[in-house]
Amino acid sequence: MLFRKYFLIIIFFLFNAYPLSANEELKNKIYKNVRCIVCQGQSIYESNSDFALDLKKLISKKIDTGESEKQIYDFLISRYGEWIVFTPRLNFNSLILWLLPLIVFAVGGFLIFRLNTNKKK
Amino acid sequence: MNIKYRIIILTVTLLIIFALFLKVLNSNKIYQPNQMIGKKIPEFILEDLFDKKIKISSKELLDKDFVVINIWASWCIPCRVEHPLLMNLKKNNQISIIGINYKDERINAKNFLKTYGNPYQLVGVDSNGEVSIQLGAYGVPETYVLNKGKIIFKNIGPINEDFVTKILQLKK
Repeated sequence: MLFRKYFLIIIFFLFNAYPLSANEELKNKIYKNVRCIVCQGQSIYESNSDFALDLKKLISKKIDTGESEKQIYDFLISRYGEWIVFTPRLNFNSLILWLLPLIVFAVGGFLIFRLNTNKKK
Repeated sequence: MNIKYRIIILTVTLLIIFALFLKVLNSNKIYQPNQMIGKKIPEFILEDLFDKKIKISSKELLDKDFVVINIWASWCIPCRVEHPLLMNLKKNNQISIIGINYKDERINAKNFLKTYGNPYQLVGVDSNGEVSIQLGAYGVPETYVLNKGKIIFKNIGPINEDFVTKILQLKK
């Protein structure tokens, strides 16, 4: 009987802790992708500066009120610009940034292919 | 490929890389977010520093011609540097200066204003720094100039004579 009681309590806590940890995971994911703009090359996850702590509090509050990851990034970008996120969004200004590796890959592949066919000849 | 072409392509590429490096080398390294310039001021309500019952709302600023918002704190040393300029701005002008007291103790903020003078028409208390983030600020001091609720320009760090002149020109 006692065992069953404890078992139920453990189950209760396990299931209750789950949504909390999912939220925490999302928060940490966002913290790691947000640049601490007053620090040098750190994310707000790594920094304990006033600015980073404030942002962490605000992001945590926004997540708790049900805002999505995208909404939070949109908010931060509207206030501090694209620089605040480590992963830039795909738009006209960042198009080259996203496409350049693909272009280099394609051109490189083409050159290797041509070099190989020339050698065979 | 002709060797002449190769040299030309190599020179052009090196020149482009050199130009890019030169541009970055001469650019301002301190990141200054200016996303909020030209935008309407975000909505906020702050408690007054001297009377907790009084609430300062951003809506009150919407119909005013020119308003200066200054984010400051008693613990911030650069704020002391710019304080005489704010006092001058208040003395010589009819422009209203709204203070946002950033993450400060009320008593310290009041003492600061008692010692150095109070240039502000109203002082709101931003105890957790949230409103400052809403405004796109990242520290103290930071100063915004609004026209009918729209941010027209801002200054990161202590204001200087040039900034004051810019504000004075607006009034003319």
